[in-house]
Amino acid sequence: MQVTEKTKVATIWLSGCSGCHMSFLDQDELLLELAKKIKVVYSPIMDIKKFPENVDVTLIEGAVANEEQLEMLKEARAQTKILIALGDCAVTGNVTALRNAWRDSDKLALEKAYVENTDKNAQVPTDVPKLLKKVHPLHQVVKVDYFIPGCPPSASVINYVLTELLSGRTPNMEGKSKYG
Amino acid sequence: MEATSLNLADIQKIAEQEVDFERAYKYRINVCCSSGCVPLGALKVLKAFEDAVKELGVEKECKVARTGCPGTCAVGPAVMIEPGDYLYQNVTPEKAREIVRDHVVLGLPVKEMLYKNEAFYKKQQRLVLRNAGKIDPQRIQDYIAMGGYSAIVKCLATMTPQGVIYEVSTSGLRGRGGAGFPTGQKWGLVARAHSKPKYIVANLDEGDPGVFANRTLAEADPHAILEGMLIAAYAIGAEKGYLYIRSEYPLAIQTLQKAIAQARSISLLGDNILETGFKFDVELRFGAGAFVAGEETAILASVEGRRAMPRPRPPYPANSGLWGKPTLIQNVETLANIPLIIQNGGVWFSKIGTPRCTGTKCFSLTGKTKNPGLIEVPMGITLREVVFDIGGGVPEGRKFKAVLVGGPSGGCLPDTLLELPVDYDSLTRVGAIMGSGGIVVLDDKSCMVDTAKFFTEFCVDESCGRCTPCRAGLIRIKEIFDGITQGDARVEDITTLEKAGVYIRDASLCGLGQTAPNPVLTTLRYFKDEYLEHIQDKKCRAGKCFKNKEEEV
Amino acid sequence: MGDAIVTLKIDGVEVHVPEGTMILKAAKDNGIIIPTLCNLEGLTPYGGCRLCLVEISGSPKLFAACITPVSSGMEVTTQSEKLKEYRKMAVQLLLAEKSHVCSVCVANDHCELQSLANELGVDHTMFERNFTKEEIDSTHDFLVIDRNRCILCTRCIRVCDEIEGVHTLDLRMRGKDAQIIMDLDNKWVNSCSCTSCRKCAKVCPVGAIYIEGEPVGHTKHKEIAEFITERRQRKCK
Repeated sequence: MQVTEKTKVATIWLSGCSGCHMSFLDQDELLLELAKKIKVVYSPIMDIKKFPENVDVTLIEGAVANEEQLEMLKEARAQTKILIALGDCAVTGNVTALRNAWRDSDKLALEKAYVENTDKNAQVPTDVPKLLKKVHPLHQVVKVDYFIPGCPPSASVINYVLTELLSGRTPNMEGKSKYG
Repeated sequence: MEATSLNLADIQKIAEQEVDFERAYKYRINVCCSSGCVPLGALKVLKAFEDAVKELGVEKECKVARTGCPGTCAVGPAVMIEPGDYLYQNVTPEKAREIVRDHVVLGLPVKEMLYKNEAFYKKQQRLVLRNAGKIDPQRIQDYIAMGGYSAIVKCLATMTPQGVIYEVSTSGLRGRGGAGFPTGQKWGLVARAHSKPKYIVANLDEGDPGVFANRTLAEADPHAILEGMLIAAYAIGAEKGYLYIRSEYPLAIQTLQKAIAQARSISLLGDNILETGFKFDVELRFGAGAFVAGEETAILASVEGRRAMPRPRPPYPANSGLWGKPTLIQNVETLANIPLIIQNGGVWFSKIGTPRCTGTKCFSLTGKTKNPGLIEVPMGITLREVVFDIGGGVPEGRKFKAVLVGGPSGGCLPDTLLELPVDYDSLTRVGAIMGSGGIVVLDDKSCMVDTAKFFTEFCVDESCGRCTPCRAGLIRIKEIFDGITQGDARVEDITTLEKAGVYIRDASLCGLGQTAPNPVLTTLRYFKDEYLEHIQDKKCRAGKCFKNKEEEV
Repeated sequence: MGDAIVTLKIDGVEVHVPEGTMILKAAKDNGIIIPTLCNLEGLTPYGGCRLCLVEISGSPKLFAACITPVSSGMEVTTQSEKLKEYRKMAVQLLLAEKSHVCSVCVANDHCELQSLANELGVDHTMFERNFTKEEIDSTHDFLVIDRNRCILCTRCIRVCDEIEGVHTLDLRMRGKDAQIIMDLDNKWVNSCSCTSCRKCAKVCPVGAIYIEGEPVGHTKHKEIAEFITERRQRKCK
């Protein structure tokens, strides 16, 4: 990986709680070090509408739970050299995927949230992307190059993986892949 | 038969009496009444023969006997008329009278009803099944007249226990339960174990789908098993034997119960066997339908009345088996070989088959074959001879595709391996096993992916749940198969299947898990193109898959 | 256990242990740690989890260290690429088997499966994870069993039978359907044999059996193993 030219990094937020992004930001002063080597080209904390082309590294938080996210993930994969699943939701499905235990969980989840547990205006929303039958971790849909488990992954592990990749090494996850 | 105490010479007398008794008959009609033929109306055929013999007034010269299976399950009910071993196929009660009239009264065999497939028996060598279809399993005299129980008499009268073990070792006999451990060596281990009492467990828990060799043996010749147990008991110094049989075999159970009662009544089982002071008795134990109970440590747990779950070895059952005592576990087919070895000597036996795998093996030949049935072949026969010469190949108009050797955890072998000799080592080398002796022939209408999936599903259901690879691994393999057969799979899944399969094979606790991935691994090895076709083109050349595609992502 | 001393090599190191010692113990006593899950010192070895598989030179097979006794001249290898691969595979299979959602589990940070995944670097499972709906029994005053987290190591069954001596817990069904039950499949509150001794919760390596309202980290791990060994020794005397 070229260091002379800044590495283009994107982050995506799918079905997750944004905790992984918080943890990313928790790198604190290390971010300043990173910023010397990377350029963030797409992220939920930036106002860019379309996923850019030729991205070097994409960090994805969250599982794939609806059709929009499925599209988004496929798009990101197509444009990215190294795709990283960030956090338990992206790696395992985590809490997001708990609904998989039920049949027709796509319908059931909306019913429970918008009808059974509301006092007024109980109705299933129709103008949102269709939920998938099951929630999938990223690697069940596209090829994922690296995994950073954790709920959220610690800032130091995120930093470790990025630093290793930026210096052209393969991160060794032994002792660093703590779920939960 | 009243309970009497006989001595060694009396057995000889019974044999002579019985032979004389038989000699009075000119003909003997053997009607197969085993589990295969009974549903086809064998009992009615038996009755029809008895009636016909009476009606035509030949009951003095013709005996009608209810026997076990001659092996030709495809053409049942089967009836054999001696002398000359004329085998009639698809006999109905109506045809019975005609056969008696022409064959017995006029002496002219009814040619058009005879079983014409000479090749079926030509390459077989029936040692274990020597009496199958020829004797009435319900009469101990029939067995004795065929030389039965002369081997135990020989042991008790002339041989030391060490001598018996020596003969068995010389014979080169290996366990027929699947693993192929040298029998003589096993007996030596149990005999040398210090602790007492010692036990024998005869394994008749034949749980594989489509395998019926042990059942047929028990139904046709129960005393051969009992005599084998007696000789083993004498050799290792056991006083108690358990015959573990699955409760799904009611006819075999009934036959064995009767056989045990008869053997007891003439003091062939009991406290003072044939007045020699030798003591041994057999008790039946029934399985409750678990495939894994056939595993040697699981069967011990089940006999003890516990959950049939394999346990780690060592300690080996030879040192610590039933209730912690030295125990000999032997498949019933192995035991049925023993009387022959004692009668004819280990050297005689060692010349049958191949030098490393002596003797014969029973196989249940099923699937897309012209002559399904129970066969017994010398070790070292090629698969081609079994499938094409004995089995007659696949039915007209179809093409041979593969043969699955070794039951649900066997391997699927393609036509390029048909010249492979059938013995323990050759089969293991190509990824199959001898197993319980199931051979399933598959033709071009069978999908290899679907076949592997079917057998994996069987093993998923039968896994005991003790070790991680077998319990948690097989189910994942099954799920991947679901994906492949429903059009929801990726090429990477093949790698996952391979990795998981190899892991389960290497890491599982018992034989069930260690062999369960065989169908997966062999189909991947020999029929990978079919997997790729399923995944990439969503096409099943046999037209079996992609039928109930559920809506998935 | 005899008095005879056996000499063998573990990972190239010569060790001397009493005859009859299991490889796992022999290694541990000499500072070589082999990963385990179902094993707990003081309980009968089970040989189920297959994490402690080791290689013994001269045999193509793998052996579970917890149940394979040492023998003289044996050369044991506890670390190799293949063994690491297989250990990772076992952890992956266990993680994929039931709903192992660490973030919402009572045993988070105190779970042996979780820490094994961490140590071995199991950063994802190659198999689709299962999310199960097994029965949760919280009828007991303070003991809870969540079968969705059970890895069927049977430590609870063994401790209940061998140490507490009541055998309240056992297995029902087989294979993938196997589950821990109380008595003859009673609700826990209706179990007439359970003495509420809490040992099952203390030995559970994951968050399947736990004590309501009591932080899991307080009771797990080392202390209980020592406790059991001590009880065992007292019993023997």
